[in-house]
Amino acid sequence: MAAAIEITGITKRFGEFEALRGVDLRIEQGEFFALLGPNGAGKSTLINLLAGLLQPTSGSIRIMGHDVQTDYQRARSALGVVPQELVFDPFFNVREMLRFQAGYFGHGPENDGWVDEVIEGLGLTDKAHTNMRKLSGGMKRRALIAQALAHKPPVIVLDEPTAGVDVELRQMLWAFIQKLNQQGHTIILTTHYLEEAETLCERVAMMKQGKIVALDTTRALLKSHAAKQLSLRLAGALPEQLSPLLKQHNGDDVVLALSELSQVEMVLSVLREAGVAIVDMQLQEADLEDVFMRLVGNQKGVHA
Amino acid sequence: MKWLSPFFWLDDKVSPRWRGVYTLFKKELLRFWRVAFQTIASPILTALLYLLIFSHVLESHVKVYDQVSYTAFLVPGLMMMSLLQNAFANSSSSLIQSKVMGNIVFLLLTPINTLEFFVAFLAASMIRGLLVGLSIYLVALCFVSVPTVYPGWIFAFALLGSALLGTFGIIAGIWADKFDQMAAFQNFVIMPLTFLSGVFYSIHSLPPFWQAVSQLNPFFYMIDGFRYGFFGHGDVSPWLSLAVVGSFLLALAWLCLKMLKSGYKLRS
Repeated sequence: MAAAIEITGITKRFGEFEALRGVDLRIEQGEFFALLGPNGAGKSTLINLLAGLLQPTSGSIRIMGHDVQTDYQRARSALGVVPQELVFDPFFNVREMLRFQAGYFGHGPENDGWVDEVIEGLGLTDKAHTNMRKLSGGMKRRALIAQALAHKPPVIVLDEPTAGVDVELRQMLWAFIQKLNQQGHTIILTTHYLEEAETLCERVAMMKQGKIVALDTTRALLKSHAAKQLSLRLAGALPEQLSPLLKQHNGDDVVLALSELSQVEMVLSVLREAGVAIVDMQLQEADLEDVFMRLVGNQKGVHA
Repeated sequence: MKWLSPFFWLDDKVSPRWRGVYTLFKKELLRFWRVAFQTIASPILTALLYLLIFSHVLESHVKVYDQVSYTAFLVPGLMMMSLLQNAFANSSSSLIQSKVMGNIVFLLLTPINTLEFFVAFLAASMIRGLLVGLSIYLVALCFVSVPTVYPGWIFAFALLGSALLGTFGIIAGIWADKFDQMAAFQNFVIMPLTFLSGVFYSIHSLPPFWQAVSQLNPFFYMIDGFRYGFFGHGDVSPWLSLAVVGSFLLALAWLCLKMLKSGYKLRS
């Protein structure tokens, strides 16, 4: 079975600037995949290359087995991309626009049922006859997503679909996208919200300066890169023995990084022996943000 | 817009292979039709105002060809001028608008190839140009009788002229990054070339130097050939005009397809 996306040795230069420095990535059909990285890591460049909006300096990309350059018509038919910016055609209403979009891909009236399903799935039914220009920001975002889905592509790329979107829409959107994923569509997602990637995606790639620096299942990434955190408020000083585990120290509050759960036992016994009482204790699961910060970021603000 | 649906009787019949280009053509057609006041009615009104004012002022002063009144002489010129300007405006404004709004991305993501892209934009532009030209003719007939000696030439130059300017519009639309640049293109290139091409006069009335200059203007040949179709008279042979206009069209179409194929300013 052809991979949903197969990226081989992709580089992309803009003059002197090297936006992508040798990216290899294979995403299987039916995956729910997250592409994360700080601004400027090369995610959007990679997506634009997938979509044929840019041409690579070297390397090749196949979508469902079709090369995006030599067999671009089949490659593009297999791909639906939701752009980051809120772009729209001011001349038409939502339903017209979606039918046009499907038409560009060769779909005629036989596809109208699917268009209506997308409209309903994204909560656009009331707005189907509203001009795109008159939609609110959130509704425009839904229409944008609908437009990318109009031709029922097997591979769907969502480039920060939830940026500036309210909670209700976010939940509705993910429910719909998850349903599509269960029906066999491959989903590739970039997002600012790491907890979204963590809950939704089976696999994650993290990019930094034009390269993929981590690629694994979400679970394995969490396990291998992130420790569990033990937050303690102590009645005395932290025993010297525990200082190698120390991650943060703020007065009596300390945060210890544990590589596995069994270490809790050890920490408690050391404290007991040293006679330091525990005022408060909290064990936290590591999250993708920790992994992210560890792998790609020294910077404060996290941007996926 | 329900009443328009009979015009789209092909909707159910187009095969998937041709549906992309058909849909883009249909969308482009509806785009200008939605704002028909601006895209059809207003150029017709402008042309009629020219006709009324110039004919009122000049009818008794200017004699261009024997047995052709100045008002009648003016009609084909105004038709062609409006046809050319509107064919240009259609493709150029559609493209610059989608570029500035950003929604052109939804077109670039599709399997529509460069030739289909070209044909769809061109055909819609030609239809707008021809529609405006034809409407001006029909309205002008209420005021003045205009002969049609060689309908074949009229038709040929109307098609070629609208195709040439439709193509020019696509090129300008791809090239321009801002509305400002597009307006400059329209006002500093298209307008002078049309106004100085003999819309309002026969170039035989000009001094020899300006006659020679006019003959370097491709727009002159479109209007002269078109007018030949109406009156059987022209400043130059219609065959020469056909050759010049045809060559320009081929050259521009080649350039336009080359730009589209390379992804110039669209996929870079």
